[in-house]
Amino acid sequence: MSVIEAPTPTDVVRRARRRPLNRHRLVVGGLSVLLFLLFVARVLLGDYTITIPDFFRIVTGTEIPGASFILLESKLPRALLGVLVGVAFGVGGAIFQTILRNPLASPDVIGISVGASAAAVAVLILVDVTDNRWLSLAAILGALGTAAIVRLVSGGVAGYRLVLIGVGMAAALNSVIQYLFTRADIFDAQLALRWLTGSLHQADWPTIRVLVVLLIVLTPIVAWLARSLRITELGEDAAAGLGVTTRRTDALLLVGVVLVAVGVAASGPIAFVSFLAGPISRALNAGRTTLLGAGLVGAAIVVAADYAAEYLILDINFPVGVVTGALGAPFLLWLLASGRTGRRSA
Amino acid sequence: MIALEKVSSGGRAASPSERRRDHTARLVADSVSLGYGERRIVTDLSVSVPDSAVTVIVGANACGKSTLLRGMARLLRPQGGAVLLDGTAIHKLPTKQVARTLGLLPQNPIAPEGVTVVDLVGRGRHPHQGTFRRWTKADEAAVAEALEMTDTLELADRVVDELSGGQRQRVWIAMALAQGTDLLLLDEPTTYLDVAHQVEMLDLLADLNHSRGTTIVMVLHDLNLSARYADHLVALRDGEIVAEGSPAEVVTEEVVDAVFGLESRVITDPVSHTPLVVPVGRHVTKGSPV
Repeated sequence: MSVIEAPTPTDVVRRARRRPLNRHRLVVGGLSVLLFLLFVARVLLGDYTITIPDFFRIVTGTEIPGASFILLESKLPRALLGVLVGVAFGVGGAIFQTILRNPLASPDVIGISVGASAAAVAVLILVDVTDNRWLSLAAILGALGTAAIVRLVSGGVAGYRLVLIGVGMAAALNSVIQYLFTRADIFDAQLALRWLTGSLHQADWPTIRVLVVLLIVLTPIVAWLARSLRITELGEDAAAGLGVTTRRTDALLLVGVVLVAVGVAASGPIAFVSFLAGPISRALNAGRTTLLGAGLVGAAIVVAADYAAEYLILDINFPVGVVTGALGAPFLLWLLASGRTGRRSA
Repeated sequence: MIALEKVSSGGRAASPSERRRDHTARLVADSVSLGYGERRIVTDLSVSVPDSAVTVIVGANACGKSTLLRGMARLLRPQGGAVLLDGTAIHKLPTKQVARTLGLLPQNPIAPEGVTVVDLVGRGRHPHQGTFRRWTKADEAAVAEALEMTDTLELADRVVDELSGGQRQRVWIAMALAQGTDLLLLDEPTTYLDVAHQVEMLDLLADLNHSRGTTIVMVLHDLNLSARYADHLVALRDGEIVAEGSPAEVVTEEVVDAVFGLESRVITDPVSHTPLVVPVGRHVTKGSPV
């Protein structure tokens, strides 16, 4: 009689499957708590502190002179917009990086965000439209158009080809922006700057409402397509063998583009958020892809960077993109120097 | 070494000319032409894959053997003709439905970073999972069985990146097994493996063929191992079939010369009693003259 029964193979499988799931739950839980704390700090603290009782009084409709305006017109919308665009950039970036198997392949490196900026700046300066809604639409179309060109020219989603073409595309579009600036008057140039460095300064409730609706629509689509992301990760051939075609991959990339485009349309291209969120969430999740984790990391970066830009660095109110850009550049160099770009096969 | 008996018992299949007309086989290439863009690699080729047997496609580099396999696995759309699976053109069938019948292990599958063995093998169950039906007991049992068969159960929670080449290849086979298909196509499953692991891998596939009756089609480089493990050999040159049949029929000095352009002697493998190719080459200096 054996005292301890040997685990059956199905027990082994069940136990082994549970471990990564538990780790993922822990990561998502931890990041949610962190994001919540950052959100609370962004809303309540800073130059003008709002107490917790005041916060609830204001959001339930009590008018507190000064405090009400600061909370409802500045702090709360900025924090909310930060979370929303952070999630959009984070998830969009992670989708790209996972499908293309390269941390460099984030939408802000391969020209998608620049495409959105260039389109918005072009409409602003050449057509002289200053209405934010039209500029946002132009940004979304610019991102989609750039993505389509990069995808068509590269002819596939494998390897470095798409990344290189994307980087080239970004350079070309940047030169277009430079050219447009030479033709801009000072007022337009001020407005155009917003489309080059992302900022949450113009956060308003209509934008937030549109963004919330879009994200609610996109979330189930992402969740559904993410299941095939687990298969496309195995390479084009193996995925085809399991019944997942490249059409599914392209659908997923399209969703990634839309997420990033919508984010840029709402806040401008907040530098490097989609580039940073994927690798950071991966590192937390023992190297494994987690779109949910990437979204939470993206949101946390934007909210934290916005807080830092507003209150912590010097006395000037930086746009949030300046801070994330300063964070992202060294990270990019580190990625390149440590040879972590592109993953080995088999 | 169960595999050997069967191979030495010789061709259960019919002669090449009869077989080419045999359209009752589950997987058939019917006058298929394959290529990449303008470049035609396989032209008007017909082959029937004998059911529940091990078929090996051999040939020199760039003879179109991988292309043919990719065509049969529906990775390449034929430019002419069709690949038939159970009588229907494979490209007309829903790809997920095909994936429940026909599995594929490509040459360079990619293990995602940080993925564990059990997670990777579990992904082989994808074709059996619907939009709403998620992980079930049946999936769990299939994964457990695949791990047991490939002797990778003790690696279940290891990260695939950290495994040795031989272990990793067994894990990929396990994923293909978890897919639970009647047909399994493999593109050079022994590349990058040392000779001991090559034999281990082919033994594993022979076991699978015996225990489950899985039809196996694979591309192999090593002619002698092919002759040993195949029930049915298909020798290609420039995208055309030079010879087809049991190893004893196909592996002759003439065919080796025609397929590889190599002068050789064919003797009997002292272990498996299948044909063994000994290349002649230009530098036969040590030992006896040829």
